[in-house]
Amino acid sequence: MFAEFLQYLFSGLTSGAIYALAGLGFAIIYNSSHVINFAQGEFIMIGGMATATLVAAGMPLPLAAALAVVATMAVGVALEKFAVEPARNADVTAIIIITIGASIFLRGAAQVLWDKEFHSLPAFSGDTPLKVAGATLMPQSLWVVGVAVLVIAALWWFFNRTMFGKAMLATSYNPLAARLMGIPVKTVLMVAFALSALLGAVGGIVMTPITFTNYEAGIMLGLKGFSAAVLGGLGSGAGAIVGGLLVGVAEALASGYLSSAYKDAIAFIIILFVLFFMPSGLFGKKGTERV
Amino acid sequence: MWKSPRTGGLGLLAVLLAAAPLTFPNAYFYDVAVNALFNAVICVGLNLLIGYGGQISLGHAGFYALGAYGSAILVGRYGLPPLAAMLVSATGVGMLAFVVGRPILKLKGHYLAMATLGIGIIIHIVLKTESGLTGGPDGMGVDPFQIAGFAVSGDKAWYWVGAALLVLAVWLALNLVDSPVGRALRAVHGSEVGAEVVGIDTTRYKVLVFVVSAVFASLVGSLFAHKNGFITPDIGSFFRSIELVTMVVLGGMASTFGAVIGAVILTLLPQFLAAFEDYEAMVLGGIMMGTMIFLPKGLLPSVRGLWARRRAAP
Amino acid sequence: MSLLTVAGLSKEFGGVHAVEDLSFTIHPGTIHSIIGPNGAGKTTLFNLITGVYVPSRGSIRLDDKEIAGRRPSELAALGMSRTFQNLQVFFNMSAVENVMVGHHLHLGRGFLPALLRLPSVVRRDRACRAHCIELLEFVGLGRYVGAEAASMPYGALKRLEIARALAAQPRLLLLDEPAAGLNATESREIDEVIKKVAATGVTVVLVEHDMKMVMGISDHILVLNYGRKLAEGTPAEVRANPEVVAAYLGAQG
Repeated sequence: MFAEFLQYLFSGLTSGAIYALAGLGFAIIYNSSHVINFAQGEFIMIGGMATATLVAAGMPLPLAAALAVVATMAVGVALEKFAVEPARNADVTAIIIITIGASIFLRGAAQVLWDKEFHSLPAFSGDTPLKVAGATLMPQSLWVVGVAVLVIAALWWFFNRTMFGKAMLATSYNPLAARLMGIPVKTVLMVAFALSALLGAVGGIVMTPITFTNYEAGIMLGLKGFSAAVLGGLGSGAGAIVGGLLVGVAEALASGYLSSAYKDAIAFIIILFVLFFMPSGLFGKKGTERV
Repeated sequence: MWKSPRTGGLGLLAVLLAAAPLTFPNAYFYDVAVNALFNAVICVGLNLLIGYGGQISLGHAGFYALGAYGSAILVGRYGLPPLAAMLVSATGVGMLAFVVGRPILKLKGHYLAMATLGIGIIIHIVLKTESGLTGGPDGMGVDPFQIAGFAVSGDKAWYWVGAALLVLAVWLALNLVDSPVGRALRAVHGSEVGAEVVGIDTTRYKVLVFVVSAVFASLVGSLFAHKNGFITPDIGSFFRSIELVTMVVLGGMASTFGAVIGAVILTLLPQFLAAFEDYEAMVLGGIMMGTMIFLPKGLLPSVRGLWARRRAAP
Repeated sequence: MSLLTVAGLSKEFGGVHAVEDLSFTIHPGTIHSIIGPNGAGKTTLFNLITGVYVPSRGSIRLDDKEIAGRRPSELAALGMSRTFQNLQVFFNMSAVENVMVGHHLHLGRGFLPALLRLPSVVRRDRACRAHCIELLEFVGLGRYVGAEAASMPYGALKRLEIARALAAQPRLLLLDEPAAGLNATESREIDEVIKKVAATGVTVVLVEHDMKMVMGISDHILVLNYGRKLAEGTPAEVRANPEVVAAYLGAQG
């Protein structure tokens, strides 16, 4: 009984960590530009696919991973420069379509550049399962959670202890004031996309040994990462992390105890629930409109 | 009378629809044309919501799919006559849109987008999962459309059905826009609080246009099911919903004829891109980004604007 | 006999007491002005009366019926209409259509008749259009009849909102800083429009900073400061009130 529950919990926390990273990526971009980046999932996919193909071609894993992350960050910056920035003053619908178009474009490019097959990576430290209180835990899961924690800690340090990180936070609260204070808002935006791409790529890489990856892997991951961000409160980094873990665990538990066929629906039911009953999420800010 | 944009445009549309088959080199074109017509009808309805009403729906293919499956199941499993099945499905979809719309449309911007996305995806997942009813991911067959013993079959016949439906849909949409209801709707888009203070119940109108556009989608879905003879859950996928929104936005928001043009272009485009099969997604994505960046108003209004500026200059 | 009675009205936003324990009466057929320094709570008061905000405490009665917390669309049906400090014009429509929307509650709003373009809808729309063109001329916007709202200058847009508010055929018209952002000539024109409106029997309440206008046209003035009532009375009484002079008028002279 308990072992079964623990099993689902482990599985949920593992996928939850990926959702958390994706949700954090959404939060960072949303904070600096009020853009919902529908291409976030593609960052995850590119990180995983690039690493997998490089490793399959003979490159050692650490090098392949590093290159993949850099490449994904470059894609993120390109997305910002060529698709988001030119449309700065467009309305919400237009920007949504732009990032959705970008995600379709990137998926198409992945299909052309690589292929439609599933790819995988060997588990980082072998695939001998560990036994914890009667439940099985894959070592790769520990990698996922561990890397996620590391990345989040690094980000926390960046935003709270470095000048530029603080400048980015300032920009999210009041872009105009930030610009007047001399903060280069355009650069902030670029860095935001680069960071989100990094988060996505890292998540994609550590996840690939468990779930495999292919050119379409980004769609659901991105949307579930968005669910995490909304649950946590759009714009709250801590919220995105908590949200991600909650979504992952909810998914795993519902899939295990209720119906595995509807596993994917859980994240979207959560989105609807949050939007109906607490639109500002767990940690988000409420506001009133000035007339 | 022919000078007015409504009757002039409607007349031109009817003429083009009547003449278009003359340009078809072979029978296959009828199939593509029917799809274009069906998409155009959905987009006319969707444009009321997005262009005139200023709302957004990233899950509209879900309503379309529900209409298709509703008809398929009611006719195939319960023996309802196709017309009745179509109307029952549309009513069901309308009620769903009403129930779901009331809470959803209180949201704005991204939140509204995500809520409609969630609805669409949940519908898609349900259609894929309830295979006992829907045949699951492999899809299900659909009986042909029969009225009073007479079956509509063959792409040619469907072309004329589609054309008539489009003319009707455009006429209804034009009527609605230029009426107190239409003005109230557009006012809600212009300024919700401004609309409220003149007595417009903004939620009511947003829900109304949401239901209307969902019903449009459902009716077309039903007809598509009969025409195609076979449907899969992917007709209600997220990608399909995005396709529809892109058609509306490409053609021009707040422009009924623009929505028609957008639908026609984006339905025909993959045919021309067939040679670039592998690059199709990249081209589609590129078009979506390019249009929104360079022609944010859409094709028709941008072209109109250019035309107006040329006429103004001596 | 009063048209609008406000009693003990308060509104807090977090820790900010925007309006605090406000009570006053507005009589029909008068021009009533609300003045006070920036941040005194004037627009908040307007938003409370017109249903945009819900009061934290207190009551608002229209014709002796409690209306506090009701939605703006319901209040419009009771004969209340307003303009906005930050324009809420429908920029996606033409000038005439903006005014026609104001007439919304008096038009047939059936969905099916509109969808099918029944002759009754067409007839009523035509009549409404003619009436709204008259309203545009009434507020001095005759030459913008064919114009798109998005192409009109700021001063004209302020008058467009007034025309739209009038199309609702209100008994009580609230104008939120109608002269804000206008030059001296445009202010005088708005002044004339307000007088014309009041002459038709509509009760007008306005929030204004332009002292000349306020003193010139008001029957009654309410002075707010820090969300509370500082003074009220005729222009002469208010002008002579030392507290008002100290808090507000002194700086203006």
